[in-house]
Order: sequence, then structure tokens, then C-alpha cells
Amino acid sequence: MKSGSNLEKVLLAGHFAVTAELGPPMSASGDEVKRKMEILRGSADAYNITDCQTAVVRLSSIASAIMLVQGGMEPVMQMTTRDRNRIAIQADILGAAAFGIKNCLCIAGDHQKFGAAGKLKGHPHAKNVYDVDSIQLVAILKKMRDEGRQEGGDPIEHPPKLFIGAAWTPMGDPMEFRVVRLAKKVAAGADFIQTQGIYDVKLFAEIMKKVRNLGLHEKTAILAGIIVPKNAGMLRYMNTSVAGVRVPEELIARFPKAAKKDDPPSVKKEIAAKTRETALAITVELIEQCREIEGVRGVHIQAIEAEEMVPEIVKRAGLLLRPKVA
Amino acid sequence: MIVANEKPLAEVFGYIKNYRRVLILGCGECVTVCHVGGEKEVAILAQALRLKALNEAKEIEFLENTVRRQCENEFVDPILAKLDGIDAILSLACGVGVNHIADRHGTIPVFPGVNTVFFGTCEEHGVWAERCAGCGTCILHLTGGICPVARCAKSILNGPCGGTKDGKCEISTPEHPVDCAWYLIVERMKRLGTLDHLSEIIPPKDWSSARDGGPRRRVREDLRLAKIEKVK
Repeated sequence: MKSGSNLEKVLLAGHFAVTAELGPPMSASGDEVKRKMEILRGSADAYNITDCQTAVVRLSSIASAIMLVQGGMEPVMQMTTRDRNRIAIQADILGAAAFGIKNCLCIAGDHQKFGAAGKLKGHPHAKNVYDVDSIQLVAILKKMRDEGRQEGGDPIEHPPKLFIGAAWTPMGDPMEFRVVRLAKKVAAGADFIQTQGIYDVKLFAEIMKKVRNLGLHEKTAILAGIIVPKNAGMLRYMNTSVAGVRVPEELIARFPKAAKKDDPPSVKKEIAAKTRETALAITVELIEQCREIEGVRGVHIQAIEAEEMVPEIVKRAGLLLRPKVA
Repeated sequence: MIVANEKPLAEVFGYIKNYRRVLILGCGECVTVCHVGGEKEVAILAQALRLKALNEAKEIEFLENTVRRQCENEFVDPILAKLDGIDAILSLACGVGVNHIADRHGTIPVFPGVNTVFFGTCEEHGVWAERCAGCGTCILHLTGGICPVARCAKSILNGPCGGTKDGKCEISTPEHPVDCAWYLIVERMKRLGTLDHLSEIIPPKDWSSARDGGPRRRVREDLRLAKIEKVK
């Protein structure tokens, strides 16, 4: 056992793991974190806390993750290399470990110019750090845990016990290199992988064949990324604008047409209900289809600003009774 | 070359509007090649500032000169030795030139007439693009000759990140297209037949050779004049 985290135990015991995302608020409201915690409680084995996602200032991932630990839930603390150099990263990791945080997802993070894809002001004028990249971050955490050494070489008397995660965009450009990049993350020490949102399951299954040929699925636990599609517009946007996300047209076509401004309230209500039902149905199908792919050991569910959908999704997918592993 | 951009006229005028005799000093190297600070641009800026001064009812005399290289004593010292009645210098050299004058002359203020932006290449007439970050530890042998430090928005050494789309960076827009450096690296190494080299993890970079290690200085003892004198 590397970390003793619940996520690690669930995977070690051979269960199909479920993680779900919790996005901290753009405010100092600990109550908002707690509200989302109560919505999600019991739906997953661990909960990803995003780290200033889309380069927008939010209640920090480390503080939110501590709130989860104190509330009896297990966080996967996400950490970007955008905002911290290797000194701050390691200091935060030691601090997080001291508070009982055992899972960390290592990512580069969206560039600060990204600023919520133009929906918010963000901080496009900020200086970024990128002292290390996500693969180097994985290796640093592994060195801290396994060798009891800081990146610079100084000893760590009480090394942090970590279950180290990394992200993977299997359908990103250039696609033929993406499996190589996954292999690099695994070689660096990624214990688990959470993928970019999968909608084109057939293509993902093809890519997973290459992953199995390299035996990567045995060296790391791959959790397929499931981004809950809220409506056709969101799917269309993701298909055209989100890197590494490919959405088959037939999925988009399953959603009802958006309500018009002058539709009567009853029609609007009906469309909203149908849209939600379609979203739930598609999400559950995606989970089931990914589950059938050999080498997929769990799912990572992201219901962005729609956390309340997660328990229903997990229930319908037959995954609600999360395993209790000692 | 070092590439620079024009500063807005009003901003430049604001620096020097309270001086009486201003020398606009161009440089014959990079800023001449990138059409921002050579003899021609000195003349154009001087005319524009004269008009601006007229409009603002300011009596300012603008003198023009362009030296071969504003970053070397040999070319700059003769100019600094005869600054009769000049009370400010507006340098159209890169930031190196401005610093050089500030270091060499104790009493005359010097102002930047351009914004220095990067070390780059001329992609086509009128288009310049960054190619080197001057990080002090070149890794181009590992990346097919294409620099991720300078050309990846995140300076990622084990890319590409998840933000690549159609060969473009996640910060790319139709108005300001940005190639994904790692897409270029992968494609180039594929053509070179060296793609397998990218399976190796590049470890965290030693940034101490870059600006992060403090201001940099290079000393070649064998070339220093004192040493050469001694040998004689």
C-alpha cells in the first residue's frame, strides 16, 4: 500500500472505482464547499477538488480538500504547475499530507490566458510559473514518497504517503503520440489516471487496445473521464472548442431542441425535463460502455456546476453502493 | 535577432515632454532589421514628435543619430562624449541599449522608445516570431531543433499537454494563432525518424542558468584586455 487512501484500497481490492469532481466556489464560502460535499457524499470513493480550474481564482484546492478530510470524505487534491514552483508545490504537498490528504492529481493546468474560455475575466495578465510540467510533478511526488527526498535532494524525515494521479487526453492532438505520453506518466510514477471526457467510446476502446499492448493498464489504474453533458449546446461547444474532446453527432442529436424564448412555461418545463433525462441516460450509457473496456478500472465523473446530478447517475449506473474496504 | 515593438507616440511624448533638447538614438542592428529602431524609424519618430510638440505648444528640439550597435562601448562612448546641451536621450534600441547608456552616463536621463519583446525570427516580411528564451541550458538536441521553452505557452518539457487542438495551442485564437510547439516537435521528429527519443522523460530543468538564477554575466578571461596586456 502506497498511501492507504480509500481510492487506492478500492482499486487494490479490484472494485470498479468512482471518483467525482467538486468545484470550489469563487468566494470564501466554506458553506458552499460543505453544500456540495453533502450533495456528493456517498456517491464516490474519492472526490476531485479542482485547482483554480480554467485559470480562475477559486477557494483553494488544498483548503477545500482539508474540509473534505475533516468532513469524513476523501479528496483527490488537484495540483497545477501553473501557479507554483517546485518549492511551493512540495511545501503544499507536505502540508496537505499533514492534514490527511492522500490523493493528488498532477496537472499542468489551463494557461492563464484561458480565463474560463472568455466567460469570466480571469487573470490573463498574470505571470505563470511552469517551473515543472505535470510529468515532472508526478516524478517529484514519487521521489518524495518512495525515496523520502525532496526534488533538490534534501531528506524528508516523514515522507508524505500519496496515491499519485495524472490526467490523460487520449484523443488530443497529435493522437498517435498520446499513448506514448501516457506511458511517460506511468513511468514517472502515476498510480492512477483520470482521462479527459470520453464521448466517442469506440475510438477510446481502440486507443485502449494500444494501452493494453504496452501493458500500461496493469501498471496504473485508468479511470475514464465522464463529463455530464447538460444539453446539445454544451456538447456542440465541447466538440468544437475543447481540446481532446470528440463528440459523435448522434449523441448531440439525442437531446431535444432548446426551448425558445416565447415558448409557454409548460413547454419549457417539459423540454427541461426531457433534456435532463437525456443527460442522465447518456451519462449512464457512457459509464456502462467505458466499464466494458478491458483496462478501464473506474470512472471519473465531472458534473461541472451540476454536482446534484451525480448521485442519480451513480445510482442508475448501479454503482451507488460504494465498497467499504478496510 | 532581438525583436521590439513601437511604443505609442503619446506615451513616448509623455517621457520627454519636459525636456528642451532630446536626442533620439537609433541602433543599427536588430531593431533596424525589425523596422522599429533604425535610422529610418529615428527620422519618422522625430518628425512625429516635432508635430506632437507643436500641437502641445512645447518647445523641444529633437536631434537624430543612429549608432552601429547601442550595446557596445566602442560605438556608444563617442556619442556620449559629446552630448552638448542634450538633456535627455530617447533610445530606440532594445532594452540592452537603454541599459547600456544608463550604465555609461551618470547624469543624462535615457528613455525607452520601444518595447523589447523577444529573440525571434522573421517568418515572412512583416512577421516576427519568438524562437529562443535564452534560458542558458539549450535542449534543442532533444526536441528536434524546436524549442518548447520559448514556443510552448507553458514551457512544458514533456509535452504536448491536453490543450492542443488541430495543431494549435490552447491560447490560440483566430486573430492571434499560436502553433502548439509540441505538435511541431512530434511532427518534426516523426519526419526525422527520431520520435522514439521522446519516450524519455526530460527531468525538471535547471533554471539557474536562466533569469531565475539572477542577472547573468559571461566572462572570458582569455579575452579580457588586462590579460592580453600581460601576455604582451
